[in-house]
Amino acid sequence: MEIKDRATKDIETIQQEIIDEFEVLAGDRESTIFYIMELGQKLPELNEDHKIEQNIIKGCQSKVWLTADPDKEYLHFSADSNTEITKGLISLLIRVLSGQKMDDILNADLHFIEDIGMGRIIGSQRSNGLVAMIKQMKLYALAFKSKQK
Amino acid sequence: MQQFAENIETEKKFDIAKIRHDFPVLHQEINGRPLIYFDNAATTQKPVQVINAIDEYYKGYNANIHRGVHALADKATNAFEASRTAAQSFIKAPEAEEMIFTYGTTDSINLVAQSYGRAFIDQGDEIIISALEHHSNIVPWQMICQEKGAKLKVIPVLKDGSLDMVAFKNLLSDKTKLVSIVHISNALGTINPVEEITKLAHDYGAVVMIDGAQASSHIEIDVQKINCDFYALSAHKVFGPTGMGILYGKRNILEKMPPYRVGGEMINEVTFEKTTYNDIPYKFEAGTPNIADVIGFKFALDYVNEIGKGNIQKHENELLNAATALMETIPEVRLVGTADNKASVVSFVVDGMHHFDVGMMLDAKGVAVRTGHHCTQPLMNEFGIEGTVRASFSIYNTVAEIEFMVEALKEIIAKWK
Repeated sequence: MEIKDRATKDIETIQQEIIDEFEVLAGDRESTIFYIMELGQKLPELNEDHKIEQNIIKGCQSKVWLTADPDKEYLHFSADSNTEITKGLISLLIRVLSGQKMDDILNADLHFIEDIGMGRIIGSQRSNGLVAMIKQMKLYALAFKSKQK
Repeated sequence: MQQFAENIETEKKFDIAKIRHDFPVLHQEINGRPLIYFDNAATTQKPVQVINAIDEYYKGYNANIHRGVHALADKATNAFEASRTAAQSFIKAPEAEEMIFTYGTTDSINLVAQSYGRAFIDQGDEIIISALEHHSNIVPWQMICQEKGAKLKVIPVLKDGSLDMVAFKNLLSDKTKLVSIVHISNALGTINPVEEITKLAHDYGAVVMIDGAQASSHIEIDVQKINCDFYALSAHKVFGPTGMGILYGKRNILEKMPPYRVGGEMINEVTFEKTTYNDIPYKFEAGTPNIADVIGFKFALDYVNEIGKGNIQKHENELLNAATALMETIPEVRLVGTADNKASVVSFVVDGMHHFDVGMMLDAKGVAVRTGHHCTQPLMNEFGIEGTVRASFSIYNTVAEIEFMVEALKEIIAKWK
């Protein structure tokens, strides 16, 4: 299943929503991890055809596949992982960035990650993985944008 | 006589409260819960005796060793060499000169591969390792095989994680020049029959190296009884500092091996025309060594000797038996590695859950375990899995901690189902 709907809210608004949702968990690491894993379960599964080597994001400890679909100046992302926590993390990124304008994706300052204290929750190795995912999403935005020109 | 010695050892008191008190790192909370440290196969914690020894060296007698004429250099040299003697007696090596200080087991294996391997392995020769090996006992041999046109052969594992000794016997031939085997598997805890392996390999004239990284803190090591030609271990796996280890080698073999890294310390005389090399072990110890940590290492070995390997094994067997029995009560858990002869490691997978997720949930409950392939990807492939969750126990762990982990695991599984 691919998410083709354009975003109805801007990146900043969605980030704030996520920050509010995580605030309820009051920084409790166990509940937060469990919540992230639950988010992961809700992530639509990526078609097996897309789970190929060239879609794998390098720099992640677990396997992460990411694909991007352009729709005029908008970009849609689909992703999957073999671990629930990572799936949860990607689902957050997809929620914020998928269906947004390529320019907005490129210029996005994803401060929600730091604001919810993600580094403390998921540890430095997974945080690095998260950075790699964001980088790859922005790279897609850049690549499709330059293709359009 | 041996029986008498064993009796004395078990009579020493195993005081878990005192032991736990000696390890400052254990007394902290993780996520508001007392830390339970079950990642001992990755590295063990350090007792205050080791920490103080390193502190005292830097505060009291930091100096470069061997050639100084001043009092500090003399004191540092004596402490450094005392560590060599302590290591010698720890693995029951015949001579102190046969003990080479390295940066750790990986470095020790590289030394043998690059020095012995380069000099004595030729095209068409065969090197045998096992499917249980850590990457550090695979890659150095792969490199030398590639360079020399030699062949790497692998002893397969049986379903319980023990070595297929029949297959090993079939792999041995006159072409076998070197056999390098792990004493205790870091991923599964299997204790290999290294004495038998050495004997079989020697029958074909092959040289035998044993990777003792995991064995050092758990079981008695006697290189003369094993009769291996090389034995490697890391200080940090036996309550000592990181970045330092040991390579034991039989004198006659070490003497015919060329130096591997060159520079200061390892020379006898240098002119621009010719350099003659120092004797063993200094021939293999180029440059200023890791003096502070070598000195600290002796205190780690003293600490182990004080408790006694017999007591340690008894305690760790209790932990292993408790863990195995409790884990087997969880239907979703499958233990990987169930050999009869095993060290205190439980490696497992949970049905329907990825090991990373399990490890992270356990960490959130204050239990430190390792997840992944444990640097043994070929072994994981043999079992058809990507990785495991590994809980590895040491002298300061308790059955109560294991019970906590098992309850935590049950909770995680129930919540996730």
